[in-house]
Amino acid sequence: MLKGREGVRVDIIDRLPTPFGLVRSGVAPDHPETKIVVNQFSRVAANPRCSFFGNVTLGSDLSLSELRKTYDVVVLAYGAESDRSFGIPGEDLRGIHSAREFVWWYNGHPDMCNLAPDLTNTDSAVVLGQGNVALDVARILLRCTTELASTDIADYALDALRSSTIRKVYLVGRRGPVQAACTAKELREILGLKNVNVYIKEADLATSPADKEEMRNSRIKRRVYELLSKAATVHQENNDNDRKELHFVFFRKPTKFLPSEDGSTVGAMELEKTLLKDDGATGKQVAVGTGEFEELKCGIVLKSIGYKSLPIEGLSFDKYRGVVPNLRGRVLSSESETATVEPGLYVVGWLKRGPTGIVATNLHCAEETVDSILEDDRKGLFTDPSGPKRQGRRGLLEILEQKNARYVPFDGWEKIDTKEKADGELKNKPREKITRWNELLEAARE
Amino acid sequence: IFFSLPLYRFAASTYVQANIAFCLLKKNLLVKSVCVYRSDDLSFALVFVFQKSILFSTATTSSHHDEGGDDKEKISVTFVNKDGTEKTISVPVGMSMLEAAHENDIELEGACEGSLACSTCHVIVMDVKDYNKLEDPTDEENDMLDLAFGLTETSRLGCQVIAKPELDGVRLALPAATRNFAVDGFVPKPH
Repeated sequence: MLKGREGVRVDIIDRLPTPFGLVRSGVAPDHPETKIVVNQFSRVAANPRCSFFGNVTLGSDLSLSELRKTYDVVVLAYGAESDRSFGIPGEDLRGIHSAREFVWWYNGHPDMCNLAPDLTNTDSAVVLGQGNVALDVARILLRCTTELASTDIADYALDALRSSTIRKVYLVGRRGPVQAACTAKELREILGLKNVNVYIKEADLATSPADKEEMRNSRIKRRVYELLSKAATVHQENNDNDRKELHFVFFRKPTKFLPSEDGSTVGAMELEKTLLKDDGATGKQVAVGTGEFEELKCGIVLKSIGYKSLPIEGLSFDKYRGVVPNLRGRVLSSESETATVEPGLYVVGWLKRGPTGIVATNLHCAEETVDSILEDDRKGLFTDPSGPKRQGRRGLLEILEQKNARYVPFDGWEKIDTKEKADGELKNKPREKITRWNELLEAARE
Repeated sequence: IFFSLPLYRFAASTYVQANIAFCLLKKNLLVKSVCVYRSDDLSFALVFVFQKSILFSTATTSSHHDEGGDDKEKISVTFVNKDGTEKTISVPVGMSMLEAAHENDIELEGACEGSLACSTCHVIVMDVKDYNKLEDPTDEENDMLDLAFGLTETSRLGCQVIAKPELDGVRLALPAATRNFAVDGFVPKPH
């Protein structure tokens, strides 16, 4: 946006005191190279035409309509902070968490620092889903804590993992290896973990003509399938106490969460065997239950079946797809065909496309939304000589002062950053994250 | 910005010394120019004019760019933008295409700064003969190429393509999202 138009001023508003979104709270601690992109982000924030306002929440500190009255252009980029659920019995038993909560927990997100998942009541963990987030949580549960000790993982998570009794992790998917949503890099990494035996049933690797067609059309699926096939044939060393286990479970869909003996937490999962059928409408293969059930004992379940965006007051929302209806980033009044474009309101990222994709995907998504904004600007859609001139940053500061909202500017984040890095140095970590709201705000004001 | 150092009445030899100092100072990068001012009473002043601002660039990648050094062999590389416009640059042997692009203000993203953790520096090698001159991508590069937008049969990551003499004249296209371009009749084949 700064590059595209001279003189534009951009304000970034975030409910957290820390910027960077999922790069800070989603990317796993043992993936530091993926976080290098914050250098690029920091350069943008350092631009004099750009300002950061942390600790400001849309919906409580200010409303969408106030924002639209204050700025010529409002872009909603708040992603997906909720989860898809199964809607099956037992889902509210203790010991069942969404992967998002677990990831926020080990990444020190201030909303999840008190999650306190119990990693000591069982030797078996079940992860439902086989995408990259599922692989992330499985890998963090399995990786040697000595390796994790030198990452930016939250201190309480490292402590919990050190005393974890979990030795077996099951990655459960409704469909087969060809439909697994993970990608090669992450799969290669987890298959290569030292001290972990990987179990994949050869029978699960049989492919149908439809499977072969899917692989013909997708380089990613081909390479993922190859990796899984190779892993299935590796002779597993005898399992002594040092080695942990990773089981890939295919063609099983969860039907019930069963309580433990004392009824307090989850004790097992009921799974139904599935078959793949061609869904004529979408052309995809879908999993259909066969009526055969089995039980899988476990003491903790992490659901990794997808994130979901949250709707807000005054914003159209497609409940089925979990996104804001839009046309190349321009927000529409509804998802119906007769919808009109909402002037000055745009959407980008997961809120626009759904919760999939990586850093690069969002880069291209941003380019599309910015193209729409610049096009609308050229058409003169943001200049209304009859209406009052929007106050922009000045207007925002007035609103925040009225509400007594103490925002965190970018140099407030820099103070947090400096403290985290300094504390990290003492423990041979790149940073020791501050994980409590009040401590974050204190550090920002020092 | 300038200041002057007054040199009072001196013998002719001092004038020679001043001249030598003058010549040496001219070579100093901080000093834009130096001149000798001789006033009516035969006093001299050395007037220094400094560079207005000294800019230090924060390069995202370290480079061994040799300013004015001709001992490093260079090859010619042409970047073709999404809109078809071109820019030809000179790249020293051993430098990656990503580094070269950044040094020449070409808009090639490098989110992970060359650590094989993203696909934002994806480039398309336009001539398959040049593509074949490159070493095969490693598993790690292929893993990232899997995710690249608009992948073609001659796609590579810019941070992994290193300039060598055989690549002189190579043409690299920056991938277009949905727009197709046909420069020299070239159309990337979807992979």
